[in-house]
Amino acid sequence: MTGYAVHTEALGLSYGRTPALTAITLDLAPGRIHGLLGRNGAGKTTLMSVLASLRRASEGTVRVDGQDPFENEPVMENVCLIRESGDLLTDEKLTTNLNFLEGARPRFDRAYAESLMEDFRLNPRKKPQALSRGQSSAFGAIVGLASRAPLTMFDEVHLGMDAPSRQRFYDELLREFAEHPRTIVLSSHLISEIEHMLETVTILHEGRLLLSGEADDLHSRGATLTGPTAVVDRHVAGLQVVGTRDLGPTRQATVFGELDESALAAATSEGLQVGAVPLQDLFIHLTDTQTEEVS
Amino acid sequence: MFEGRDPIYHQIAEAIRGEVLSGALEEEDQVMSTTQYATTYRINPATAAKAFAQLVDEGVLYKRRGVGMFVAPGAAERLRAERRQAFFAEWLDPVIREARLLGLSITDLTDYLTTHADSTPAATTDTEEGR
Repeated sequence: MTGYAVHTEALGLSYGRTPALTAITLDLAPGRIHGLLGRNGAGKTTLMSVLASLRRASEGTVRVDGQDPFENEPVMENVCLIRESGDLLTDEKLTTNLNFLEGARPRFDRAYAESLMEDFRLNPRKKPQALSRGQSSAFGAIVGLASRAPLTMFDEVHLGMDAPSRQRFYDELLREFAEHPRTIVLSSHLISEIEHMLETVTILHEGRLLLSGEADDLHSRGATLTGPTAVVDRHVAGLQVVGTRDLGPTRQATVFGELDESALAAATSEGLQVGAVPLQDLFIHLTDTQTEEVS
Repeated sequence: MFEGRDPIYHQIAEAIRGEVLSGALEEEDQVMSTTQYATTYRINPATAAKAFAQLVDEGVLYKRRGVGMFVAPGAAERLRAERRQAFFAEWLDPVIREARLLGLSITDLTDYLTTHADSTPAATTDTEEGR
């Protein structure tokens, strides 16, 4: 099992008259970890709901493993969307929830789920409504991991967890993914925490696809240049500088756009430090500019 | 870790090369698995696998089916030979250029090298966990 491929073409969805998604054409290759980023209201949850066949697209095509997922049971039972709300039987014990999942998810690994519950110190006799926010996030994460669905999507699932629990979740996700490869979609506002786990990055903005590509390629879309102010200024002349920070005589400039590798090599040979732009900065820059252009 | 602009798999490959050169990893030593790499550095396992594939191509690592990745016999010597070839152009030419800018003569440089060669400690790598 290497996971399901996702393909959408000109996908659109409106809530009444309000468009939530417009003309989304997207490919997510099977067996990889994909990042889905966007500001609040960008359409991430709506898109994932369509892939999980919780909603039907108003326009365009959606293919999960080559099939239309809507009301398609063989696809639906192998697509797992974990939302912060949990989608659980709230007045049944966690262990009863596991029984239910075991029946609903063909690849569900109960022993694995139970060992994770021990790791996260979740009492199987408790009911979901009695859990703290962090605990219910953890239970959601466990359900997503143990379901081993060929398409598994985590929608901000780790927001309720504290930092140590999040790190445990990331470690477990990576180990699980290495041992049982599948298609994973991670949606999060905590970009810097997940950045290096992502193989591709897709950014939605105001219901539209802003970009989708390999994480490694995004890295080369920008750079930070650090060194003596005059030298930095000389090297960034003519480039799109989106931010500068000064510390005494030292300046750090962040540039975006197609960068000339030989120009960067020249900067290095003149003693400037050339660094990567964190994905978070790139994201903020891209989604900010777009707002300005629209308004 | 991973502050540079190079793709992460380049940075991982370079870290492993460094450990082979410094002797932290010896011939026939097993390196961490892709899963161990992924969880230790919180990176995608595919990224670690890409770095390993590159090092296998270069003859630094080899794969024992079902067991894992090992440092190839002669890997350190091969890396050393390659780096020796590039050493003067990569390291000394910039030194000479900078020295000229600063008005230092070649004699100043050779004097420095002769007096300091013995007192400079050998290079170590940041990552000792590659074993």
